[in-house]
Amino acid sequence: MSSLQGKTRSRRSSSDNLPAAVREAEKPHSRVACFGEDQPLLLDSGHVLKPLTIAYQTYGTLDERKANAVLVCHALSGDQHVANTHPVTGKPGWWEIMVGPGKPIDTDRYFVICANVVGGCMGTTGPSSINPATGRPYALDLPVVTVRDMVRAQAMLLDHLEIRDLFSVTGGSMGGMQVLQWAASYPERVFSAIPIATAAKHSSQNIAFHEVGRQAVMADPEWCKGNYILKRKNPRKGLAVARMAAHITYLSEEALARKFGRNLQDRDNVTFGFDADFQVESYLRHQGMTFVDRFDANAYLYMTRAMDYFDLAADYGDVLANAFAGTRTRFCIVSFTSDWLFPTDGNRQVVHALNAAGANVSFVEIESDKGHDAFLLEEPELWATIRGFLGSCGRVRGLAEKETAGR
Amino acid sequence: MNTPARVRAREQKRADFQVIEALVEDRAKVLDIGCGDGELLKLLEETRRVDGRGIELSQAGVNRCVANGLSVIQGDADRDLVDYPDDSFDYVILSQTIQAVHRPRTVLAQLLRIGKRAIVSLPNFAHWRIRVQILSRGRMPVTNRLPYSWYDTPNIHYCTIRDFVELCREMAVHIDHKAVFDAHGRRLADGAPLFWLNIFGEQAVFLLSR
Repeated sequence: MSSLQGKTRSRRSSSDNLPAAVREAEKPHSRVACFGEDQPLLLDSGHVLKPLTIAYQTYGTLDERKANAVLVCHALSGDQHVANTHPVTGKPGWWEIMVGPGKPIDTDRYFVICANVVGGCMGTTGPSSINPATGRPYALDLPVVTVRDMVRAQAMLLDHLEIRDLFSVTGGSMGGMQVLQWAASYPERVFSAIPIATAAKHSSQNIAFHEVGRQAVMADPEWCKGNYILKRKNPRKGLAVARMAAHITYLSEEALARKFGRNLQDRDNVTFGFDADFQVESYLRHQGMTFVDRFDANAYLYMTRAMDYFDLAADYGDVLANAFAGTRTRFCIVSFTSDWLFPTDGNRQVVHALNAAGANVSFVEIESDKGHDAFLLEEPELWATIRGFLGSCGRVRGLAEKETAGR
Repeated sequence: MNTPARVRAREQKRADFQVIEALVEDRAKVLDIGCGDGELLKLLEETRRVDGRGIELSQAGVNRCVANGLSVIQGDADRDLVDYPDDSFDYVILSQTIQAVHRPRTVLAQLLRIGKRAIVSLPNFAHWRIRVQILSRGRMPVTNRLPYSWYDTPNIHYCTIRDFVELCREMAVHIDHKAVFDAHGRRLADGAPLFWLNIFGEQAVFLLSR
C-alpha cells in the first residue's frame, strides 16, 4: 500500500492541475486489464468499445480451486478502491467496514475483486479516457453504457484473470443492479449473490432525481457541452449541486433530523442572508465540494443514465422471474427500513420473482434510520447477515474453513 | 413482537418437531412457513439433510435465521405464497401458525398447491382446559400454549381438531397421518375416537396431501 501512496505523490507533482479523472484515466492507481482491438466490448447501444481498459483492485488470495472469488460491484459514485486508502482523497476505502481481514467479507478467506465500471472515472475506460479515433478525451462521444455493459466488461475481466466462476457477487444500489444482472446474464458463473438496497428497475422518481443532477451539471457554463477537459475547465459547481441533491436522497429524514436538526452553523442567530446558516446546508455544501475533487462530471452523466436504463425484466418479456429461470445461484437480498430511494418493496419484488423461479433465496429487511446509505455504514445486522450467508454458502461450496485461532 | 403463537413448553415443541422430523424424507425440499428462529429448519437440515427454506414474519427471527445460514425470507403466509410455482416443495410446513393467518382456508389451499404434501400443526381450541376455562370463568382462555389475552392475540382464527378435520373433508384434502399430543407432550393413541382426541389433545400434527 505504501508504494501506491508513493506513486500518488510522485504523479501529483507533475500533473497536479489536471482533474483526478484525467490523471486516473492516463495512469490509474490500480492494476489494469487492457483489451485490444481484437477484444471489443459490445454495448447494448449497438456500439463497440475498443480498446478497453479495466482498472481493478484485488484483496486476499485466490485459492487453488479458484473457488473463493468474490466480486464487489460499486455504486454510482464509488470505485474500485473498496478496502485500501483512496489514491485521490487519501481516505479509507468505501467499504473497509465490510471487506478486509476478519470482516464479514473476509479477505483471509475470500479473494475479493472490485473493478471500476465502464463509463467510470477511476481508470476504466470512461468519458475522460482518450478516444483513439480523435486523440482527445471521449467526453460525450463515449457511447452510453448500461448496467449490462458494465457486467459484460466485468466478465471479460474474469476471463482475463482466468476465473471461471464467482463464489459470490455483491454490491449495493447500482452495485446491486450489477449483482442482479450478473445472476441473470451469467447464472452458471455465480454461486451466490447478495444484492443490497437495490431494485430490478429504476423507478420514475429516481430517474427524475437523476435528471435534476444531470441538468445541474449541464447548466454549468464550465461544462462546455461536455468538452471541459479540452477547454481546461471543470463544471465543479454543477456537479456539486448534483451531488448535494443526490446526497439528500441517500439519507433519511430521521437521519438528517438526528444529525443536524435545525442547528445553526457556527453562529447563534440566522443572518437574514443566504449563507449556510444551518448545519445541514454546510454539510451538503461540503459533500458537494469534496465530491468534485474525485469525480468526473461526464462520468456522473453516464452513471446516472446507466441506472435510469436498468429494467431487468424488460429483457425477459417483462416477467422478472424469467430472468432467473432455472437459476442455481443462492441469493441473499437485503433492504433497509428507512431507504426511500430503493425501498423494501422494490427489493421484495426481486424476492417474489426469485421465489417464482424456485430460487434459493433469503431476504432480510434491516431496521435502520440511516436511509439508503445504511449499506455503507455501521450496521451490525447487515454484517451478521452477510457473514452468516457467506459462511453457509462456503460450507456448501466446500471452501476451506478459516483458522479461527486468535480471532 | 407480534409473532404467531409459538410459545410452548420446550419438551412439547420437541414432540411436534419429532413427528415432523419422522414424516419428512431425507433430502426433501421443504418450506417452513412461520419458521421463527429456524429451530425446526436447522433440525431438518442436520438430521434429514433437507433443502430447507423458510418464511417468517418477524424481522428479528429472519435475521437470526439468515445469520445462522438458513435460507429464509421475511414475509407471511397470507401474502407471500402466491408467487411460488405449483409443486415447488416436497413438504410445506405450517407449524402452530394456521390460527394466526387471515385466510386459513386459502392458505391451506396454497400449501397443497406449492407443496406435494403439507404438514400442519395447530393448538386445539377444544382441549378440556380451554372448555373448562370458558365454562367456569366465562372468559377467553389464557393457557401456556395460548398465552395471549383476547385483545392482543395474533391468533385470530382459533380452531379445534374437529374443525380442522372437517375443513379438510370439505376441501377434499387427504389426511395421511395425524399425531395428537396431550398437555404433557404425550402422544395420544392414534386409534382413539375423534371426540376423545378433541378433548384431550392439546396440539395436533397433520400430514396432508391433495
